[in-house]
Amino acid sequence: MSLLRVSGLYKRFGGLTATDGVELDIEPGELHAVIGPNGAGKTTLINQLSGELAPDAGTIAFEGRDITALTVHQRALAGFSRSYQITSVFPEFTALQNVMLAAQAHAGHSFRFWRPVAGEAALIETARAALEQVGLSHRTDVEVAALAHGEHRQLEIAMTLATAPKLLLLDEPMAGMGQHESEAMIALLAGLKGRYGIILVEHDMDAVFALADRISVLVYGRVIACDVPAAIRGNAEVREAYLGDEAVAA
Amino acid sequence: MRSPQLWAAAVLLGLLGLVPVYAAVFEQPFYITLFARILIFAIAALGLNLILGYGAMVSFGHALYIGIGAYAVGILSFHGVTSGWAHLGAGLAVGAVAATVVGWVCLRTSGIAFIMITLAFAQMFYFLSVSLKQYGGDDGLTIAARSDFGWVNLANNTVFYYAIFAVLVALLLLFRRIVDSRFGMVLRGCKSNERRMAALGFPTMRYKLAAYVISAQVCVVAGMMLANLTKFASPSFMQWQASGDLIVMIVLGGMGTLIGPVAGATGLLLLEEVLAGWTQHWMVILGPLIVVIVIVSNRGIFGVLAALGRTGGAGRARPGGTSGEAR
Ligand SMILES: Nc1ncnc2c1ncn2[C@@H]1O[C@H](COP(=O)(O)OP(=O)(O)O)[C@@H](O)[C@H]1O
Ligand SMILES: [Mg+2]
Repeated sequence: MSLLRVSGLYKRFGGLTATDGVELDIEPGELHAVIGPNGAGKTTLINQLSGELAPDAGTIAFEGRDITALTVHQRALAGFSRSYQITSVFPEFTALQNVMLAAQAHAGHSFRFWRPVAGEAALIETARAALEQVGLSHRTDVEVAALAHGEHRQLEIAMTLATAPKLLLLDEPMAGMGQHESEAMIALLAGLKGRYGIILVEHDMDAVFALADRISVLVYGRVIACDVPAAIRGNAEVREAYLGDEAVAA
Repeated sequence: MRSPQLWAAAVLLGLLGLVPVYAAVFEQPFYITLFARILIFAIAALGLNLILGYGAMVSFGHALYIGIGAYAVGILSFHGVTSGWAHLGAGLAVGAVAATVVGWVCLRTSGIAFIMITLAFAQMFYFLSVSLKQYGGDDGLTIAARSDFGWVNLANNTVFYYAIFAVLVALLLLFRRIVDSRFGMVLRGCKSNERRMAALGFPTMRYKLAAYVISAQVCVVAGMMLANLTKFASPSFMQWQASGDLIVMIVLGGMGTLIGPVAGATGLLLLEEVLAGWTQHWMVILGPLIVVIVIVSNRGIFGVLAALGRTGGAGRARPGGTSGEAR
């Protein structure tokens, strides 16, 4: 049984069809890259998977269950965990507090009014482990507003990991990163591969071809190809629509 | 107690706690009434601050709950029910129902729409109370005696004052815990970036509604005290100006600081009192004065103290700016 099955997904914004009959199938443990030019509808697709946007038509099934009608938080509790293309964190909290909040969402209800969160060892432990995993353990007590851009991207990943996810939806985790930071992120993602289902939206072709089990190519909201990296490289239609000759040569 | 904020809070509470002493020493029993009123509005502002300061829900209708508290005392007393526990039970029960319904509707909106719809609900209840002809309508309802809480004799002004003071201190301690609890973190997270909170798996609406109801209930209690202080329940308690005053107190004292609303209530009501003694056009002075104070201090009286307390930690600049997707 596939982890995620998307069928016949459509989303229109006025006259623009941002998602045009998308079909997607993610196996457990698969790292599935979604590539495509700017404005192809990648973020729109992720938003529909996470529940933040309602599709006009189509169904989304997770572990065999139709979850199209579930709200954002219900999907998160079911095992979806996303990161944002434009960093979306809590700037006034420390890095540790950010990740602890993520862990808290999956550790029972929060109608607890008396005990300080700062004393909840289980949350701290989960959060520290996630920060460690992304390489931020030396920055735990820094207020997030004071972190560098690359560190924000790492924090995003730490927050998605702390929610005990089954499926990661990563929207351009390397956006705006320098060469060095990108390499660290690729290594991090390589380490996550196989442990979760991962949908990776990414522009960095080195990363995509190094990491992906399969690649879907999105153009004008349509999946024009879905295959293993080697086949995508050789696909003439993809080459014409999207990949520059250099990227293919690389 | 290293932070200036904590020191200032202790000093402020200490001074407020000694008011009955000055009143006795200077033979000015009027001080007790004046400051009891200040404490009551401090409690109401504290309640509103839970959602306004920590949850970014700007309710422009919290006077509604002061009104519910006052009318619970007024109407029950009118029918001969003098038990304070009955007043409290009725006030909190009606407050809970009203706040749940009103909050459930209002929280579907945010920003300006939230401000306007909370105002609309408060106005609705205002006109409802005006239409209660059997309970005095426009003129309000006089209350024969203070709520009867058995051995705590509220008829004695000093006892009454310290009862209010005790409730204020208890609420401050409770809120201090709440702010750092799981619930408080969820509330502050929603203020900071609600979309992210939902994506993390929090049913944000549920927590915001709970905070709204708690905040309303604190105002219900304040309303009961106000009715006891003035021996009166009137539609004017629910006027939009009263809701506005609560917001001014919070902004003046410092949003998102715990003791801020207490400082703001004290500051605003004392200024009002002093200026009204000088000139009947005190509003003309008070309005601009508030604007100046808020602009100069930016985050209110206690916001400044909080900032002072933090200037040890380096690299804390760059507020906001990193949350939410661009669209
Ligand atoms: N909320 C929206 N309203 C109208 N148009 C939108 C909205 N969101 C995205 N779009 C449009 O849909 C298309 C796909 O956008 P997006 O999913 O962000 O692309 P990508 O992430 O692949 O760069 C773009 O043309 C964009 O302008
Ligand atoms: Mg995008």
